[in-house]
Amino acid sequence: MGRYIVRRLLNMIPTLLFISLVTFGLAKAIPGGPFDREKPLPAEIVANLNRYYGLDQPNWKQYTDYMGLTRNPSGEYAGVFQFNFGPTFSSRSRTVNDIFKDHLPVSMQLGGGALVIALIIGIPLGIIAALKQNSGWDYLSMGIAIFGVSVPTVVLAPLFIVIFALGLHWFPVAGWGSIDKMVMPSFALGLGYSAIIARLTRASMLQVVREDYIRTARAKGLRDRVVIIRHALKNAFIPVATVLGPMFAAVLTGTLVVETFFAIPGLGRYYITSITNRDVPVIIGTTLLYAFFLVVANLLVDITYGFLDPRIKFD
Amino acid sequence: MTTKERAAQRLADGTPAEGEGQQKVTNLWADAWRRLLRNRAAVLGGVIVILIIVAAVFAGQIAPYDYAAGDSADNYAVPLWICKVMPGNMEAYATISDEFTLGADYLGRDLLSRVIYGARVSLPVGFAGALISLLIGLIYGCISGYYGGRVDNIMMRIVDIMYAFPTMLLIILLMAFFKTTFSGEPVPGTAAYTFGQINDAVDGLLGLEGGGMLFIFMGIGITAWMGTARLARGQILSLKRKEFIEASHMIGSGDMRIISRHILPNIMGPILINVTLAIPGFINTEVFLSFIGLGVDPPTPSWGSMISEGARGIRSYPNQVLVPALALALTMFAFNFLGDGLRDALDPRMKGTS
Repeated sequence: MGRYIVRRLLNMIPTLLFISLVTFGLAKAIPGGPFDREKPLPAEIVANLNRYYGLDQPNWKQYTDYMGLTRNPSGEYAGVFQFNFGPTFSSRSRTVNDIFKDHLPVSMQLGGGALVIALIIGIPLGIIAALKQNSGWDYLSMGIAIFGVSVPTVVLAPLFIVIFALGLHWFPVAGWGSIDKMVMPSFALGLGYSAIIARLTRASMLQVVREDYIRTARAKGLRDRVVIIRHALKNAFIPVATVLGPMFAAVLTGTLVVETFFAIPGLGRYYITSITNRDVPVIIGTTLLYAFFLVVANLLVDITYGFLDPRIKFD
Repeated sequence: MTTKERAAQRLADGTPAEGEGQQKVTNLWADAWRRLLRNRAAVLGGVIVILIIVAAVFAGQIAPYDYAAGDSADNYAVPLWICKVMPGNMEAYATISDEFTLGADYLGRDLLSRVIYGARVSLPVGFAGALISLLIGLIYGCISGYYGGRVDNIMMRIVDIMYAFPTMLLIILLMAFFKTTFSGEPVPGTAAYTFGQINDAVDGLLGLEGGGMLFIFMGIGITAWMGTARLARGQILSLKRKEFIEASHMIGSGDMRIISRHILPNIMGPILINVTLAIPGFINTEVFLSFIGLGVDPPTPSWGSMISEGARGIRSYPNQVLVPALALALTMFAFNFLGDGLRDALDPRMKGTS
């Protein structure tokens, strides 16, 4: 187990390096520079700025400097490997680390809220549907699920605003910072995922309740509730657990749409602005950060597999 | 085909020899088709998809107005019935005009016409995404799964790396790259110029005057094939040790023949299901890209750009955002119903799974 985790962690390094390389290449390939303005800056000033940020260096050097693999022009190793995601071209006093500190928690809260909603709606819906298979409850739950899958965030967000904010005045139209402002964005983001979780829970629950060990548990004379919660649910949760990792990563990047609709100061919105501004350190930094979440999430999923199902062995 | 080969073929396909089977010969696809027609939700989805296709193809004939031209006198025009339905008492400030069934946008362009033309963007994106993911994924997965060993290891490692990419961020970056590199007036003879020419041809083929559809296809295609590749590989791994493949090897069939005649027909079902179910996702991606301004170029209408334009005036004119949003939701419903039905029909064992 320990060796497996170490090997997986080591595997992450080339993956993330490759991602950083591709992102750097693409970000650099976009024509235009960070200091292009409607009214051009004097050439000397641009040259100074370029020197200040090390943009006068050859591209490969800029990359290795950014990653912290070579000494940067000020003679230090200060890069991603030192957990320094570099400066941002749009503000002299702030670094990409500052931006992460300000905006990432917002996106995390939003993503976390959405995931919680996805789970507390999805799992009960799936269990009910499975336990009462082919009944009205089943059809109702799966009807809700197909609604959730079909109505994307871009549709839900304006729908919620029109109905619950402008029509019923239950929630504020936009903004961030208090619980009531979190409700609509979290639902708009989480509903689609709750549908996925509901369908998955139902399918795996249907499979599990037919297993021999469930029959054994019932034969032992255990109460129905104990059989469902202790024996069935734990095993039915395995497929659900596997999607949670990638889902969390998807939710994090998915916050982008919701952030735009509800004027939430999250990292996603900042990412788009940074592309328009050719703010390369922000672009690579954000991509690497999200990629890191993604690979860690996948690793955690594989480890939880082992805990939930002792039949799975690592090698 | 020699007799021996034909016998092996029969063995492989499970078809009875002449005069052997008395019962009605059914094949997988005919069976599936019958099951699909019996599924009411799937038929409804299929009918809606066909209607949307018809609307897209005949947009020029159906749409009451031009999608690009508007009169500034009609800015934000709202028909009376929408004023009655919508919250916020729009009658107080809106230009009431029943000339436009669903209202007009901030440039006085008819919303209905723009939504209809928007189908010319969304549908091709859905189908092209599916096609690209099918082609690349299938070929990639077949090679990886069939040859196995080192080739498989390396190829799957690449898929793993692609999977680690935050897809949305990669697409956004790719689109920003395509948009800036291939826009403007590139010099003839350069790659940018060639791409521009191909793009114009694609746009023309889809009945759009501009729009940059090729780049959206490319952006989605690059990030869409990995799922299919993994699925195809997995299917092949479980198939290639089966007796009928061994038999085909033994009578001397080549790799190409085995793949195309024996493996592909057997793995197409799950893969088609998977690709169909992915179509709403591709449509959604384009909508998202247009929403943030990296999708189709204006004035070509996309439901995504319409939603983003409408969202700006959501307090005063909610109809502007709701019209494209509901069109999108309807399309997604239709494709999901159809995809679910297709899955139940092609593989009844999978019925009800995710």
